[in-house]
Amino acid sequence: MSTTVAATTDEAVAGIQDGSTVLVGGFGLAGMPFDLIDALIRQGAGDLTVVSNNAGNGDVGLAALLKAGRVRKVICSFPRQSDSYVFDDLYRSGRIELEVVPQGTLAERMRAAGAGIGAFYSPVGVGTPLAEGKETREIDGRVHVLEYPIKGDVALISAHRADTMGNLVYRKTARNFGPVMATAATTVIAQVTEIVPAGEIDPETVVTPGIFVDRLVRAEARRLTVEGAR
Amino acid sequence: MTTALGTSPVLERADRAPLTTDELAARIARDIPAGSYVNLGIGQPTRIAEYLPADAGIVLHTENGMLGMGPAAVGDEIDPDLTNAGKVPVTELPGAAYFHHADSFAMMRGGHLDVCVLGAFQVSFRGDLANWHTGDPDAIPAVGGAMDLAVGARRVLVMMKLFARDGSPKLVPECTYPLTGTSCVHLVFTDHGIFEPGPEGLRVHETYGITVAELERRLGVALVG
Repeated sequence: MSTTVAATTDEAVAGIQDGSTVLVGGFGLAGMPFDLIDALIRQGAGDLTVVSNNAGNGDVGLAALLKAGRVRKVICSFPRQSDSYVFDDLYRSGRIELEVVPQGTLAERMRAAGAGIGAFYSPVGVGTPLAEGKETREIDGRVHVLEYPIKGDVALISAHRADTMGNLVYRKTARNFGPVMATAATTVIAQVTEIVPAGEIDPETVVTPGIFVDRLVRAEARRLTVEGAR
Repeated sequence: MTTALGTSPVLERADRAPLTTDELAARIARDIPAGSYVNLGIGQPTRIAEYLPADAGIVLHTENGMLGMGPAAVGDEIDPDLTNAGKVPVTELPGAAYFHHADSFAMMRGGHLDVCVLGAFQVSFRGDLANWHTGDPDAIPAVGGAMDLAVGARRVLVMMKLFARDGSPKLVPECTYPLTGTSCVHLVFTDHGIFEPGPEGLRVHETYGITVAELERRLGVALVG
């Protein structure tokens, strides 16, 4: 269905259910959809499975959602960082589940979900603890491990600009997981710093076509460095 | 001096001190061919960038989604939307390109990336790599892109100290830490020497501040030529 523009972030996240799998964009703080996460905290959904590269930095964004006790499980590639203290405490006290996935496999599992691929074989992780118990197959003399898609009920992503058709462009390395997550969830919600009329974004420069985006909301850019997150 | 070990000459430099981190970074930089696409791992390997000749046409890849990464950003250059894999603000060079994560890792897995340089806890004599998890029950496992790089880059170089703080070698017959990848390391650059792991055993190319005989004693292995 076509993209709708929400008036507020609260309207944008309306209807997210308890127990949902939520894909959360961002690599560290770059591309983190801060305002949508704050709205999700206000909205109240809990028992969430969050899929994101990291498990929160400082006290903001994903870390704030974890701190609010809304997350049952995190699927990510790199939870442990110098400022991941919120996650670290939850994990060490047994109050959160963790599934660690190699970073490229995490991206590709979401890509597969978005592209309608049933599963795929990858050479990454073979012979390591992260491939234990997984089906393997030798292809062209190399052992591969079978990886299944990760599909979200919801994706919360941040982009730079959108037009009213939902076409998105990103900014620098804040793009990271946004375009992949936008394909991989039932409901995709994007916060952007600017929404322009259709036709104002050069079609040649669109990164995420509007077909992947369900809801748009405008929010001020909150570009935080690591120091700014505490 | 150059000494013969098996069939290949070894550059044995027992008369000098082991390499400093900067000397090691410069030594690795010399082995990166002009025109390569290169990923430098978080931590010490980042230093190698300072020693890559500006005219060599080497393009740095950062797995969070950029080719043509420039030096760390300072002052007004700092833009939180532009960071490296270690989340440090960086700059872009002319000809840079941005892309999403699935494309970024396709560049590795698909064999498009020429070289990566990674840190390591341990490397085995046949080239198994352990660099993501100590296996300590209290440790929080975090793999990031290490497994993708170890399997995907066409040439995997390791930069590490040869001995841990307690004096035990980090080049080992079998890794005791959880593996990142199997038989994936092509060359190991250390403060005490440069080694090539492989199915026939551990080859030594150069030594610094130590003789081949002393290396064999401390590593507990007969080095092959």
